[in-house]
Amino acid sequence: MPQTPAMKLVPTPGQTIGPFYGYALPYEGGERLVERTHPGAVRLHGTVYDGNGEPIPDALLEIWQADENGTVPSTAGSLHRDGYTFTGWGRQTVDNVGYFNFTTVNPGPTEEGAAPFIQMVVFARGLLNRLFTRVYLPEDTEALNNDRLLSSLSEHRRSSLIATREEDGSLRFDVRLQGRDETVFLAFPRNGEE
Amino acid sequence: MSQESFEPVGEETFARLDPAATAESQERISGEIASIHGVYQESVSDGAGAETQPRVDFAPYRSSLLRHPTKNLHHADPETIELYSPAFGQRDVHPLEADLTIQHNGEPIGERIVVAGRVLDGDGRPVAGQLIEVWQANAAGRYIHKRDQHPAPIDPNFTGVGRALTGPNGEYRFTTIKPAPYPWKNHRNAWRPAHIHFSLFGTDFTQRMITQMYFPGDPLFSLDPIYQSITDQRARDRLVASYDHAVTSHEWATGYSWDIVLTGSNRTWMENEEEEH
Repeated sequence: MPQTPAMKLVPTPGQTIGPFYGYALPYEGGERLVERTHPGAVRLHGTVYDGNGEPIPDALLEIWQADENGTVPSTAGSLHRDGYTFTGWGRQTVDNVGYFNFTTVNPGPTEEGAAPFIQMVVFARGLLNRLFTRVYLPEDTEALNNDRLLSSLSEHRRSSLIATREEDGSLRFDVRLQGRDETVFLAFPRNGEE
Repeated sequence: MSQESFEPVGEETFARLDPAATAESQERISGEIASIHGVYQESVSDGAGAETQPRVDFAPYRSSLLRHPTKNLHHADPETIELYSPAFGQRDVHPLEADLTIQHNGEPIGERIVVAGRVLDGDGRPVAGQLIEVWQANAAGRYIHKRDQHPAPIDPNFTGVGRALTGPNGEYRFTTIKPAPYPWKNHRNAWRPAHIHFSLFGTDFTQRMITQMYFPGDPLFSLDPIYQSITDQRARDRLVASYDHAVTSHEWATGYSWDIVLTGSNRTWMENEEEEH
């Protein structure tokens, strides 16, 4: 762990997103980081489950990622997509069976030899604070083996962070908020919770 | 197989989640809150650090029972993508979206208010040019949402949704209507204190947060399991805006101030970046 200097201010507490964000947060095209006709378009899809294995119908997910070359986007325009600009960020509410379905591209490694991943944040009614996780691409096994986060996890827990590549090229990634197969959720330095 | 143990959730717990089974009393919920807070205060007296965030495992908020991780959050060092945030600009947000009272043909009913403040990171650095989204109930405690069945009037002149980009010093300013408390189904006769939901981005995506801003002196504070999921009084106080006569404007609107502090950035900040922000 690098040195993490103390903070001057104490962070404001989070609270649940609640059930009534429907007119505020979702927007047209939120789940389409690229058009489906984009040559490199990839579907990232899955289901959000609760501790009984039941789908959660009122979760909201956001993803944030590099482009295909591993470049971190710094372009505005996510809320009014023009169909050409890759902004790297997407948002979607799950449907009534907990299912989400982003259209994006495979992120490239942001540094040489790094395992590419998509950052994901989960909000839901009943979830009192946001949860961060990572969606790793499954292909580069050497990079995955060298990844610091993945190396610090048991085999079973590690598998919760690696997406499955389906025959049509889609990435499948389920989110389990609780239970034996619970997704690994992350705490970062300087988050005020240490 | 997992090394960690997981305790399955029993039938009794599950039955409590049935929305029809909201027969539990406020006394019972308040008793559970008091018991959790009592244990917390003892641990602080014994030298444990103060908590600053809500518990995600907080049974008095019944919907959290099956929706919180049971394993500790796993510590990770942020990597490249996590040290940056999506960018938003004038194309994304129109300045008029910060006024929730002008989105329809007429004036909404209720007490017009201005909520203003700054967004800072844990080092006190202003978060400039970033997206803030807000949503709230109307002056009768009703949301525009198909799942809100509370029989209070919908206001045709109020949707309760706003957006803004923070200014160069992290400042924001929304004009809106003071929301009312509303009933919910956590337990019998359960009421949420009046609040405005805030969604915030920082300079690092690890600072992403959603929270709720409350109004000073709300008599429902002690009864509300969502607010009380923050076990520490000083931390709870950070969600309460202050009445601010300097924000109040002559014959127009009363004013509230509320500053928001995101977590600490993990980026290496250059001098010029500090100045830009």
